[in-house]
Amino acid sequence: MEKFISHTGTGVPLRRSNVDTDQIIPAVWLKKITRTGFEEGLFAAWRQDPEFVLNKPEFAKGTVLVAGADFGTGSSREHAVWALQNYGFRAVISSRFADIFRGNSLKGGLLTVVLSQSDVEAIWAAIESDPKTEITVDLEARQVRYATTSVGFEIDDYTRWRLMEGLDDIGLTLRHVDAIDDFEKTRPAYKPATLPAKV
Amino acid sequence: MALTLAEKVWRDHLVRSADGEPDLLYIDLHLLHEVTSAQAFDGLRLAGRKVRRPDLTIATEDHNTPTIDIDKPIADLVSRAQIDALRNNAVEFGIRLHSLGDADQGIVHVVGPQLGLTQPGMTVVCGDSHTSTHGAFGALAFGMGTSEVEHVMATQTLPLKKFKTMAITVNGKLKPGVTSKDIILAVIAKIGTGGGQGYVLEYRGEAIRALSMEGRMTVCNMSIEAGARAGMIAPDETTFEYLKGRPHAPQGADWDAAVAYWSTLQSDPAAKFDAEVILNADELAPFVTWGTNPGQGLPLTANVPNPNEYSDPEERNAASRALEYMGLTAGTPLRDIKIDTVFLGSCTNGRIEDLRASAEILKGKKIASTLRMLVVPGSAKVRLQAEAEGLDKVFLDAGAEWRQAGCSMCLGMNPDQLAVGERSASTSNRNFEGRQGKGGRTHLVSPLVAAATALRGTLSSPADLDSAKVGA
Repeated sequence: MEKFISHTGTGVPLRRSNVDTDQIIPAVWLKKITRTGFEEGLFAAWRQDPEFVLNKPEFAKGTVLVAGADFGTGSSREHAVWALQNYGFRAVISSRFADIFRGNSLKGGLLTVVLSQSDVEAIWAAIESDPKTEITVDLEARQVRYATTSVGFEIDDYTRWRLMEGLDDIGLTLRHVDAIDDFEKTRPAYKPATLPAKV
Repeated sequence: MALTLAEKVWRDHLVRSADGEPDLLYIDLHLLHEVTSAQAFDGLRLAGRKVRRPDLTIATEDHNTPTIDIDKPIADLVSRAQIDALRNNAVEFGIRLHSLGDADQGIVHVVGPQLGLTQPGMTVVCGDSHTSTHGAFGALAFGMGTSEVEHVMATQTLPLKKFKTMAITVNGKLKPGVTSKDIILAVIAKIGTGGGQGYVLEYRGEAIRALSMEGRMTVCNMSIEAGARAGMIAPDETTFEYLKGRPHAPQGADWDAAVAYWSTLQSDPAAKFDAEVILNADELAPFVTWGTNPGQGLPLTANVPNPNEYSDPEERNAASRALEYMGLTAGTPLRDIKIDTVFLGSCTNGRIEDLRASAEILKGKKIASTLRMLVVPGSAKVRLQAEAEGLDKVFLDAGAEWRQAGCSMCLGMNPDQLAVGERSASTSNRNFEGRQGKGGRTHLVSPLVAAATALRGTLSSPADLDSAKVGA
């Protein structure tokens, strides 16, 4: 996984709440069996509207998505994270993320930053008045900075360390394979197994 | 220390706990389907890893599968390639797979319980958000993304941050015509689509205890629609009765040992929940959604809301966008909304009891000539059971279509989709924009409301049938 320490880019204001993962990447796109090539599917239905924010030339190159509350609700599809990353987004800012989407994003190196709704609105106002406004999402300092404003955000030490080192969870867990072996010896006999199949 | 049900299951699966790190939890059952597994298998191959416990893993084909002509090759080549990838991966990694045409094929969340693989006190995961369904057995069950699918395949564990707990108590008794679907739609309308974020929900109270396993699965299934990754119900006699004799349920001495353990799986009386919500079942009525998220629901007797009535600007905005997408006018009685397609099925309401309840209303009647009705059993076994009971005849005689098992129109990954502007009454779980087909409009309903709506042509409850001329 690519390390994430700090990222600076322009923002895209998505003034909608409850953006579910079916909007981020519609189901018809989920048939692909790769992790790449989802950028065209990102917000596919909404992008048919010429007024949609991603279709505005001034926001076409943004890398920090600034969205309304409850971003990423619904389906657990990690394809939503891949679509945002494939398109070029490195970070998403919202006042609230759905749990599974947040987990998926932080596994895959897309930084999801929780700020208060008033901070989100202040960023919307800033980037709408000047789309060239640069936003820095600084994971090391746990800060979002733009123009003359600086806002702190919370992220637990472990996740921050993992993202900054670009470590994947499987490798980390396999360091504790002995603990897994030990646990398995304590599992009760009545726990079901799928094999051999009984029908 | 007094513990909640969720905390007990967590404690009993703790592989490792260290300060400043997420807990490492052991996973008892990993369910796979074609859509969220291919990239995870690729990851294993790239790293030269195996599936650690194929014997705790099971796969089925459900999201992409057609519901007609299943004996022919899948016409959609991209769908076919994804199914083929799962078949090849299952062979390569030694995973049990129930393919299209197999008697145990079906929606992953219908298949697990029906085989007796979902049991109380287990940890159950799947790359699908409706894994919360299995919480109906008192399992800690939740959906995850593809990276986590790969993690579980490689290690049979997941690193997880502790959840908070929320008790949702439903007191009293449901009135006739009101179902578990109405309970959960009312819960979501009350706490909102983000209300459960960070929580495991535990449903309790007289009305929950009175539900069958099917009804409990419907409630837990839609926990995710309230933002909660998992929902649980403490196991009881209803649970044990459902499990006994199922293919993978314990037998003999194992059964006794299991029941002894399962019987300890209740929240302790002194256990503290981080949040509590109380509903009264007597006050619930058949519920439908009018908007584009599952929290935008109202009793069927209400009118389409006026966005201006919302004080919160965010909600006002969302309501007005939703009405525009749904093609609805504020003030219209919900009962006057004309429906084009009725969909009975999905992991929410595609079980035998759902089909029975709906068939009971349709029996001897004809659906309105202005709409189509698709009946899609949740699994091949449910289909066979329904046919043994003659339910297929009831649906066919009423003018509905009787299909093969799968996710079907719940998410429209197969050819079962709404056309642009088409309006459905659907027993599924999500009314998101375009969920059932691009431009399609979805109203979430119970199987009873689905049947009554099919007869009258507009959103209706069974009570509306008594006074009306039906099927003419």
